[in-house]
Amino acid sequence: MKAYFFSECAYPYLPDDYDSIRVKLPNRIYDPEKGARLYNDYIDEWVAADELGFDLMLNEHHQTATCMNSAVPLTAAILARVTKRGRILILGNPIANRREPVRVAEEMAIIDNISYGRLDVGFVRGVPYEISAMNSRPVDMQDRFWEAFDLINKAWTSHDGPFYWEGKYFRHRQVNIWPRPLQQPHPPVWITSTSPEGAPKVAERGSVVATFLTGFEQTRAVFDAYRKRRTELDQDTPLDRLAYAALLYTGDTEAEGVRVGEKLLWYLNSNRVPMQFVNPPGYHSTSTVMKILKGSGPFAAFGRNTTAEQELKKAVLIAGNPDSVYRQIKALYDHVGGFGNLLIMGQAGFVTPDETIKGLTLFAREVYPRLKEL
Amino acid sequence: MNLEKLNVRGVEVQFVREGGGRPLLLLDSGFSFEHDFVSRLARHFDVIAPSHPGFMGSPRPGDIDSIDDLAYLYLDMMRQLGLREVTLAGFSMGGWIAAEIAIRSSDRLSQLVLVDSFGIKVSDRETPDIADMFAIGEEDLMRLLFHEPQKFKIDMNGLSEERLAIVAQNRAALALFNWEPYAHNPKLLNWLGRIDIPTLVVWGQNDGLVKADYGRKFAAAIPGAKFETIANCGHLPHLECPEILLQHVTTFAAKARNR
Repeated sequence: MKAYFFSECAYPYLPDDYDSIRVKLPNRIYDPEKGARLYNDYIDEWVAADELGFDLMLNEHHQTATCMNSAVPLTAAILARVTKRGRILILGNPIANRREPVRVAEEMAIIDNISYGRLDVGFVRGVPYEISAMNSRPVDMQDRFWEAFDLINKAWTSHDGPFYWEGKYFRHRQVNIWPRPLQQPHPPVWITSTSPEGAPKVAERGSVVATFLTGFEQTRAVFDAYRKRRTELDQDTPLDRLAYAALLYTGDTEAEGVRVGEKLLWYLNSNRVPMQFVNPPGYHSTSTVMKILKGSGPFAAFGRNTTAEQELKKAVLIAGNPDSVYRQIKALYDHVGGFGNLLIMGQAGFVTPDETIKGLTLFAREVYPRLKEL
Repeated sequence: MNLEKLNVRGVEVQFVREGGGRPLLLLDSGFSFEHDFVSRLARHFDVIAPSHPGFMGSPRPGDIDSIDDLAYLYLDMMRQLGLREVTLAGFSMGGWIAAEIAIRSSDRLSQLVLVDSFGIKVSDRETPDIADMFAIGEEDLMRLLFHEPQKFKIDMNGLSEERLAIVAQNRAALALFNWEPYAHNPKLLNWLGRIDIPTLVVWGQNDGLVKADYGRKFAAAIPGAKFETIANCGHLPHLECPEILLQHVTTFAAKARNR
């Protein structure tokens, strides 16, 4: 198993009362002095993780205090230069919301070159609250996603001068990107899917499927759907095709692990979002919207305070001493049929740089060697 | 009311037809609330009221995704049904479609009625003409739509599965056709001068979504158009003040006919 260190680059200094952390939280709340320091702390944490032997993961969100990384190619490009050995996974580029997929292909090619081929390129549809922030039409988003995906792939792999693209959503007459990626034919591709409905299409492309904070049952459902589709296509599913992201902290003692791990729950507990941003028209399937309208949808518990005890049971949070952390990962691993990539959300909210690096150091020394055997 | 179906260039258009006399093509708002306005109109007209593709459970082929598409669809529908001297009436988004039809061809039209219509841009680039219905909560939206929102509150848990699915699909379809440019065609205002049939623009005085002043400017851009407001009435007069709206429509239709 490979372990990626992931930081969402939170801006944690929020007022006590706000009705939405996404889309409309006024940016006067953002103190640039504090923010500038945070950006540099977060980059330092990635550099430390690289030195400890982790691969690195970054993501992108817009108009939210949960994630200051609103232009992920910029931070990934910095890591390409200041880190030395780890893979740099962008998970991901929100390509259903980006107006110019060719530009995304170019950005990824530059980062792949500067990092000497250490880039993993993830593509995400984007969570519903990205819709308003990016002025992106929520209807028929999947179609737009896959057209952008195909265009980017063609841009990466065409080497004989310009090609033509007049699709439903994107039109270019002279596509001929410079540079082209260093990795051939292109960097490894990852795609997120947090439901079993989305996994088969990812399986068809042979991309890595990544699921976030989905716990025992939903994670198994996603991985099963991926493996089932691969089997139908007469293909196997190596473990490196499957990835799971958890909030994770390793302490010297069980109590320390859980205490700091609980601080990571800031990510869940601060995520207050009004229904119009959670359920933009056309984003979710009709059956999901029907549940939401009746007040029983997947977001019924949104923004309510959760506890370490609750999240540890689900393996949404993995925390404790090194033995305990290993056991929790192994239990999940066995339950879901195995997976080859663990995405560690090891910083969130008010977890300090010292705490973050301490947790990573313990993990690298005490847990990771055992995981590498899996 | 019987649901009729007509194949228009491969699109199955579902519509109700009721009443008799001169034809009136009614283009609905896309907001899903039950109403009896078709029956009220049917006392005076041969009313043809389609569900726009994607609304009310009607099918939407993937390439039908803009107001232009709907305008051409209904132009062809009028031709296929052999309709002439049509009173074309549209509410909200339906008004926008009606205006797009009228600037293309009024050959089959005798008069145009626009009610709290979307479709044009009149304010400067930093002032929204139409409040962002997709960025506010359900209660706030109801306050913008209705003068007396409490009368129109829907208990989602009281709806059948079938109705609930329609509410969900209508929301998606409304977003599809209105997302960007938001509920308008930047060029429509420039072409409204082409409309060469008698036109009535009616507005709920208390419309919070699109203010009456916008309606006044809409009417001013259409040669000879008449502008009326309805007091104590919001964005959807056919729901909130149907009798007064009906009077406006019938009075105008009779006068226009006798010109």
